[in-house]
Amino acid sequence: MDGSAIKDALSLMDERGSGEGAGYVAYGIYPDFPDCYALHVFFDNIVEPKSKVDDLLSKWGVIVHQEEIPTYEQPRLKRQHIPWRYFFKPNKDLMVGSLTPEEDIIIKTVMGINSGINGALVFSSGKNMGVFKAAGWPEDVANFYRIDSYKGYIWLAHNRYPTNTPGWWGGAHPFNLLDWSVVHNGEITSYGTNRQYVESNGYKCTMSTDTEVVAYLFDLLGRKHELPENFIVKALAPHFWDEIDSMQPRERELNRAIRLTYGPAMMNGPFGIVVARSDGIVGFTDRIKLRPLVVGDDGDRLYISSEEAAIRTVDPDIENIYMPKAGEPVIGRVVI
Amino acid sequence: MVLDEKVVIDARGIHYTPLNELIRQAVEDGATEIVLKNVLGQRFIADALKADVCIEIYGVPGGDLGMFMSGPVCIVHGNCEHAPGNTMDDGKIIIHGSTGDAAAHSMRGGKIFVRDYIGYRGGIHMKEYDQKKPILVIGKSAHSFLGEYMAGGLIILLGIDQKGPYFERGIGSGIHGGRIVIRGTVDDRYLGVGARKMELNENMLCEIHSLVKEFCNYFNIDDKPLMDNDYTVIGPSSSRPFAGKYTWE
Amino acid sequence: MSLGSVPLKYRIDIDRDQCMRCMRCVENCSYGVFRNEEGKLILNSRKCTACHRCISMCPRDAISLKERPVDYRSHSLWTGEAREDIINQSRTGKILLAGMGNAKEYPVIFDRLVLDACQVTNPSIDPLREPMELRTHIGKKPPRLEFKKNEDGDVDLITELAPNLELETPIMIGHMSYGAISLNAQRSIAKAVSKVGTFMGTGEGGLHESIYPYQDNMIVQVASGRFGVDINYLDRGAAIEIKIGQGAKPGIGGHLPGEKVCSDVSCTRMIPLGSDAISPAPHHDIYSIEDLAQLVRGLKEATQWKKPVFVKVAAVHNVAAIAAGIARSSADAVVIDGFRGGTGAAPKVFRDNVGIPIEAAIASVDRKLNEQGIRNEISIIASGGIRNSADIAKSIALGADAVYIGTAALIAMGCRVCGSCYRGLCPWGIATQREDLVKRLDIDSGSRQVANLIHAWTYELSELMGAAGINSIESLRGNRERLRGYMLDEGSLDVLQIKPIGA
Repeated sequence: MDGSAIKDALSLMDERGSGEGAGYVAYGIYPDFPDCYALHVFFDNIVEPKSKVDDLLSKWGVIVHQEEIPTYEQPRLKRQHIPWRYFFKPNKDLMVGSLTPEEDIIIKTVMGINSGINGALVFSSGKNMGVFKAAGWPEDVANFYRIDSYKGYIWLAHNRYPTNTPGWWGGAHPFNLLDWSVVHNGEITSYGTNRQYVESNGYKCTMSTDTEVVAYLFDLLGRKHELPENFIVKALAPHFWDEIDSMQPRERELNRAIRLTYGPAMMNGPFGIVVARSDGIVGFTDRIKLRPLVVGDDGDRLYISSEEAAIRTVDPDIENIYMPKAGEPVIGRVVI
Repeated sequence: MVLDEKVVIDARGIHYTPLNELIRQAVEDGATEIVLKNVLGQRFIADALKADVCIEIYGVPGGDLGMFMSGPVCIVHGNCEHAPGNTMDDGKIIIHGSTGDAAAHSMRGGKIFVRDYIGYRGGIHMKEYDQKKPILVIGKSAHSFLGEYMAGGLIILLGIDQKGPYFERGIGSGIHGGRIVIRGTVDDRYLGVGARKMELNENMLCEIHSLVKEFCNYFNIDDKPLMDNDYTVIGPSSSRPFAGKYTWE
Repeated sequence: MSLGSVPLKYRIDIDRDQCMRCMRCVENCSYGVFRNEEGKLILNSRKCTACHRCISMCPRDAISLKERPVDYRSHSLWTGEAREDIINQSRTGKILLAGMGNAKEYPVIFDRLVLDACQVTNPSIDPLREPMELRTHIGKKPPRLEFKKNEDGDVDLITELAPNLELETPIMIGHMSYGAISLNAQRSIAKAVSKVGTFMGTGEGGLHESIYPYQDNMIVQVASGRFGVDINYLDRGAAIEIKIGQGAKPGIGGHLPGEKVCSDVSCTRMIPLGSDAISPAPHHDIYSIEDLAQLVRGLKEATQWKKPVFVKVAAVHNVAAIAAGIARSSADAVVIDGFRGGTGAAPKVFRDNVGIPIEAAIASVDRKLNEQGIRNEISIIASGGIRNSADIAKSIALGADAVYIGTAALIAMGCRVCGSCYRGLCPWGIATQREDLVKRLDIDSGSRQVANLIHAWTYELSELMGAAGINSIESLRGNRERLRGYMLDEGSLDVLQIKPIGA
């Protein structure tokens, strides 16, 4: 589907934002470059920072194609960066001692650019997918990128009410790393602990906001530790101890192992989160349900939103609408 | 000048502020029945509306339906988002569907009837004073922390047609006034801190039956199977939950 | 030529109008300050240690105490204490011995750290009404979990977890040996920890039979003297702790004077009656990090790998690297004892001058382990000068898993921190083996008071966490975002990895 209905659904929830950040991500939008990592970059100018990024990428692989991301001026949206995209193939022989050399090269270059090259920020780095975000109202950001011209099979969208870094394009959601994209409603009170955990595992937090750790946690637990989604969610929003204590032995041992091993990955504070990957999405809330999350399921399509009204904007007659339990993952898989 | 006491408003694409203005204008013009069509996500409908009017809502109203409302009857043909009846003073909200979290938050008076389920923290901090006593009746199920911090009023959870558990942990956590009535039996492990089971007395049963009748009447449900005494009453173990918490410096 | 006497340390006064001559002070003072001469109360203030026993037992509040009632010519460098220490040592030619922890006026970092609370952007959580999890696991954790799909399509966990201690609160009571403290004191603590669901250390004094009923809540200690260590002792403990050093006196050993080695103490320590119990400075089977790993393995092997093994080190300058070495062994937890840690007796020059504060030690150990990607694999237990629940919250936010308290637990049993533990005359029945004094400490009330203290602090801790929007202790651990430094210099902020207030 194209992005027009997503735009309408997100705009319906304008009340939740402040016009200082909105964004979209769509999977399946670059069928012409399916094997390339699509790096979306905000450049402050295309002189110095860009040449540095070009150099870095050329060292680690091949830039198959690059161009400015087409944008269309909106009266209420102030252009602060030049959004650019690279279709990039890393040279995996350059990364020794890794089971996933391509991905590790991407992480290394993304973290390197974001923490080391002034005036350049990579905000999207997966294959055949892309994030589009800016500081503005949802409809303006959508029109700025003309997201209705992209056709994707998974869409996430987010409307931001910033407190920490207002008006900063990089601070808008979705946050992305490789295949993982995250949208988040709430605030993570355990950020310091989570940040330390991901940084001690080689990630660098450069976005000055709590949400980016979620993307890194999913990459660490999902890609590197190969945990299935429901276990990742159990690590991030675990069962309470009193619930674990009353489980059957097998389940109890499993949940205890998750809490002990992944204690620093546990997220606290209010949140409703949806994470996407090319093969599906997973949504969940904090374990005492401090943020809303509504699910609509029509069999072929899965919707997850902060409000039912947004789901009904896309699909007015959907029948199966429900509220998942706190901390329980809602998983949607892509069926080909 | 109103020719008809029934006013129909098409709410499609209207922001809640002008929508509430239309409602207030209609009330001022003498309408006794207002029909809102194509409602989708508009918050604060009937916010602080003080009137004797019935508002029929078709669609999904946004959060805080009937906030501070004093008097009107809202009938919702659809689900509600978060906190319908937030700090509501008087009147009724009848929901032919479900609600999000914190339904009846801090409600001080009036009645809310929800046909299906409610989210987390339903009836949180409902309170009563003098003649004002808020009532929340839920047909099917409720998530955790039902009646948290409850300071007064009455919550009734009926569990109609529910095969599995229709309530979760932390019922009446911090309750220091009012009663939570749940159909069937409730294991102690579901009770929150400061909540305890109480005896179901004749007066209470009378009140329950009358509210159940009213509930069934709105939703066209047979009340007969519910007119027995298979209810668990949960109340506060103390009206002073914080007594004993502190020591003087 | 005589040096003469130095001024009184404390002066005791009696309000003779208030005094009813009940002579409770005479009975209670074990230092001999009070004398009853034919119904007249006679005082010798020079013997007073400011233990407050008389004051607390006086039914009429008739006793007052003044510290340093005689002035010296004021001088900010040559304090009265400095002058008196010199007089003492020139008289005796000996090392100054002192009790309790570091008494020098270093700034307390805890008091320059402030905690965070929620406003608007996230809700505080009321710990009384909603789940608040302080359950803490001390022990080795795997770096990651591995699963295997079984025939039914389910996933099986193949990673095996090492045994962990499960605490219902992150507060434990540190090692104070039978010998250093009385059996009644140890039994009071034991009863308290088993009641609240936490653990205590035995110290290096062996395990007295009367403690056996609480053995599931005991961490037995193996120190350089190996007193009381045999397989029975190791098997009884819930965990084993190797004591390398102590915050109050890093780098040196200790000794329990023969006078304190009564028959019971001799029995639990397994040494002859009346002989000195000497703990050497190092373990003489540990001269290197690899030797430590050997001892850890030796203890693990002895207990069939069923018990967590901790290693306790004094917080010294290089503590982070040492902890990283410990983390690489089979050890389950590293205990760091800061320079304010208590002691029955330590050379004053060590107590007041060697080692670093616990706050800095926790932060640098946590940081080092994080840098090496192994932080969650080992637990950090912090001790040394923890005075209240805020200190605990701050310790955890700096990176500790749990804390040991020592002095605070003694205060809960009556101790007034007079610092004369080494004299063996503790009138509160805590740091003494004199039977009549020990009897004064009632085990039921002692244990109730210690349990009350842990309970109250746990309560406050959950309130602090709730206010910060955190409902599980894991999310406070190492969460420096929720701390700010108040009037700390840039170097300290950097070590602590925290921002200054307002930033």
